[in-house]
Amino acid sequence: MTAWADFEQIDAEAGKTLRFTGDLTLARLGDLPRRLEGLPGKVALLDLSDATRVDTVGAWVIHRFARDHDAKVEGLEPDEAQLFQHVVAADKPMPAPPVPYGLFPRILDDIGTASVVAARTLYGLLGFMGATIIAFCNVVVSFFRPPNRFRLNATVQRFEVVGVTALGIIGLMSFLIGIVIAQQGAVQLRQFGAEVYTINLVGRITLRELGVLMTAIMVAGRSGSAFAAQIGTMKLTEEIDAMRTIGVSPMEALVLPRVLAAVFMMPLLGFYSSLIAMFGGGLLCWISLDIPPVTFVQRIREVVPLTDLWVGLVKAPVFGAIIGIAGCFQGMQVEGDAEQVGMRTTAAVVQAIFLVIVLDAFFAVFFSEIGWI
Amino acid sequence: MSARRPREEIVIRVEGLRNSFGDQVVHENLDLEVRRGEILGVVGGSGTGKSVLMRAIIGLQAPDAGDIHVFGRRTVDLDALEAIDVRKRWGVLFQGGALFSTLTVSENVQVPIKEFYPQVDQALLDEIAAYKVVMSGLQPDAGHKYPAELSGGMRKRAGLARALALDPELLFLDEPTAGLDPIGAAAFDELTQSLQRTLGLTVFLITHDLDTLYAICDRVAVLADKHVIAVGTISELLALDHPWIQEYFNGPRGRAAVASAAAHAESTAANAGTGD
Repeated sequence: MTAWADFEQIDAEAGKTLRFTGDLTLARLGDLPRRLEGLPGKVALLDLSDATRVDTVGAWVIHRFARDHDAKVEGLEPDEAQLFQHVVAADKPMPAPPVPYGLFPRILDDIGTASVVAARTLYGLLGFMGATIIAFCNVVVSFFRPPNRFRLNATVQRFEVVGVTALGIIGLMSFLIGIVIAQQGAVQLRQFGAEVYTINLVGRITLRELGVLMTAIMVAGRSGSAFAAQIGTMKLTEEIDAMRTIGVSPMEALVLPRVLAAVFMMPLLGFYSSLIAMFGGGLLCWISLDIPPVTFVQRIREVVPLTDLWVGLVKAPVFGAIIGIAGCFQGMQVEGDAEQVGMRTTAAVVQAIFLVIVLDAFFAVFFSEIGWI
Repeated sequence: MSARRPREEIVIRVEGLRNSFGDQVVHENLDLEVRRGEILGVVGGSGTGKSVLMRAIIGLQAPDAGDIHVFGRRTVDLDALEAIDVRKRWGVLFQGGALFSTLTVSENVQVPIKEFYPQVDQALLDEIAAYKVVMSGLQPDAGHKYPAELSGGMRKRAGLARALALDPELLFLDEPTAGLDPIGAAAFDELTQSLQRTLGLTVFLITHDLDTLYAICDRVAVLADKHVIAVGTISELLALDHPWIQEYFNGPRGRAAVASAAAHAESTAANAGTGD
């Protein structure tokens, strides 16, 4: 076992001498730096000949003390002296870090920065939407002027990933939502003896609103995030740059298939979701309200106008476009390090869901105004 | 300080190591010894498991079979407390630097010290980080920067500063000069060597860089056919009649490295009189 770093004071005419003993290493330093700091009087010489080991931290502590007290250092072995010189050479003051300002300016700064970022993001998103539309037009034009630039395989593959593989989870979610709406509705309506209106509730709310909205949230979480993460990673590994150099447009090869998949799959998934939700609601009506399935279906046909279906189906592709464009846009914004991929993926999902809900509110007002109540 | 320790001690001893991923066997019956105070270069073709060997020695990869001793302690199934004791004594530089991206360079260097020596006060920590950063060949103002603001070469130096934070006895370097420009690579080599001399370090150095091998390695271990086929100085290796070794050291790049090493030796000899 080696000894802890220690020192003793020897008074001499020219000033004090500190004779160090033990290991002057990080592990064995103990409270030596603090004791050195509290030392009164002038010190002329630091004697290290009895120190058993010196590492860079020990050397730094000695050097700092010698520098501050203008003292000499003695008793170093040759390789220790070299180490000491290394440490001395590395003594360059680190420039002070930028001074953080007070709380109030910082809050203002945060608000300002967030506003600018939000405005820039919206502007960028708008630009990206334009770029996507241009890419789409270019591809459509190329149908008539070969070579055909539409990537059928990539698009169909995205259809599968966004649409087919989502059927399970969206089905389960919708089924449960249908049950919850029916159950909660029945409990409330029973108070007025109007349980039978549960059917109206389930039929109209799922077709008009919830089917498509919940599907949009699920697709944003499932596919929008995947778009951002995939494209972001490709951006980091310079795949996108490689594509551009070869002459392949990333907008056409990566963005368009994804946005198209979201646009085309959303109405299908939304419709499917509404059906399953009605199925769940119907099941609950049958079990807990004793309304047989035949009555349920008949009642649905009577009380749900066809416009409700159109309301859902018109919104769905718009939501799909928002999700696809937000995901791809955020993916394309990735720069620098891998941390950005995570940040951008989160941003893609948050943005997509936020925009979907904002648009949904506009749609609700719009459809009421045109009389599709 | 190295003079006060016994020489010729074996720091790393690997015996009969076997590593595999699924069906693919990377190492089979691999033996290797690293002596105290030497710079051991590890070379081998791509995919011969140089990094896997390093990961096995530092305990990131559990081997299928075999024994690994570091500082005379068996590290294969070390319990948590003993593992901390061993980890305090080595520093690892990963290929990309592996800096913590949410911390500044200076904070990165302080992480190991804070972890093992929480009693060190913040002022001293900052000073230690500052001189380690400069010692690793970075500018003093790099301490406040985040890893994302650094270039690849600077990241490696910052990684080295963190690896050296605890004044380790053993340093693992995974391709430290890969991706650096020749001037930066040469400076990194010199830095490694001067640290090895002054701190009495033992260095386990994985590299593809022939210049590094010639310039600073005391011995070179050659990895091929799933084990270490030879260990020795470069001239000892050259005397062997193994096709890969011959190809490696006598290829056009190998010869160029010899020439540059010879030229470097001459220029240092010429400069020796004027003082370095």
